[in-house]
Amino acid sequence: MKIGVVTFPGSLDDDDARRAVRLGGHEAVALWHGDHDLQGVDAVILPGGFSYGDYLRCGAISRFAPVMTEVVAAAEQGMPVLGICNGFQILCESHLLPGALIRNDHRKFVCRDQRLRIENTRTPWTSSYDEGAEVTIVLKNGEGGYVADAETLDRLEGEGRVVARYLDDNPNGSLRDIAGITNGRGNVVGLMPHPEHAVEALTGAGTDGLGFFTSLVGVPIAG
Amino acid sequence: MRPRLCRVARYVVDVMPKREILDPQGKAVLGALPRLGFDGVVDVRQGKRFELEVSGEASEETLAQVRKMAETLLSNPVIEDFEVSVAQSEEIQR
Repeated sequence: MKIGVVTFPGSLDDDDARRAVRLGGHEAVALWHGDHDLQGVDAVILPGGFSYGDYLRCGAISRFAPVMTEVVAAAEQGMPVLGICNGFQILCESHLLPGALIRNDHRKFVCRDQRLRIENTRTPWTSSYDEGAEVTIVLKNGEGGYVADAETLDRLEGEGRVVARYLDDNPNGSLRDIAGITNGRGNVVGLMPHPEHAVEALTGAGTDGLGFFTSLVGVPIAG
Repeated sequence: MRPRLCRVARYVVDVMPKREILDPQGKAVLGALPRLGFDGVVDVRQGKRFELEVSGEASEETLAQVRKMAETLLSNPVIEDFEVSVAQSEEIQR
C-alpha cells in the first residue's frame, strides 16, 4: 500500500514515519502541507513535531493547511488516517477526533519509554496487535494532556474508542489515562506516543511500535 | 508623498481556558507569586488577548465576522471561552 506522510513547516518526525512505513512493508509517499494533493495514497500519517511552531495552539494553524482539506475529505470517506503526537493535536483541531490536548499537568516536557495497553484492535492501524497487548513505546510531549467533557469520555469508553491507555504513571495528566482514540467509524486514530520511534531494536526501547505500520496489510479500503 | 490616512476599528478578542479545564500556565504563575513576596493570590488563570484592526467604521457586521474568527481560529471551543468587543475607531497612517 501507498502511505502518505505529510510534512508541515516544523514537522520533526516525518522522516522517521516514512522509514517506519517502509519497515512495515509499505511504500512511503512524502506529502506537502501546501499541496491540494494526496498523490493517490491509500492512507495518511500526520507526524509529530511542532508544526507552525505550535503558534496559537498546537495544530490550530496546520488544520487550515491546503493538504488538510484533502485529508479531512478522504478521512470522511473512510481513508485510514493516523495522527501521532502533533498529528493527534491536528486531528482534534480539525474535529476529526473529539476533545483536545493541553499542556502536561506537571508543566514539564516528558520524554520516556512508556508502557501502554492497546485496547482497540479493530482499527486499520492496530489490527496486528492482540487486544489488551501491553507494549512499550516512546513518549515525548509538552502538550499531551487529553481532555474532553465527561459525556464525550463516557461515549469514547462506551463505544470502545479508546485505542491505547497509559499504564503505570500517567505521564501528562490525560483524563482516564487516554493515550489514543479513534473516530466513530474507526478509520482515524490519534495517538500521543510515537510508534515510529519504536520500530528497530538498535535505536529504541524495542520494536513494539511496528504493529501500527504492519496493521494496514489486507485492510479493505473504503471509498 | 503624503501619508495616506485610513480609518480602522480595533476589535478585541479575549480567550480564556474554560473553568473546568486545568490551566498549568496559570498554576505556574500562581506558584511564582509567593516566591516574589506577593501574598494572598488564591488563583491565577492565563488567557490570550487578540487585537484586530479592521479597516472601516466599527459595525455590527464586522463584529459578527470577528466573532466567527474567534470561533474558527482564535479559540478552540472545546477548551476555551471567548469574548469579543470593539475597542475604538481611529485614523491611522498607512
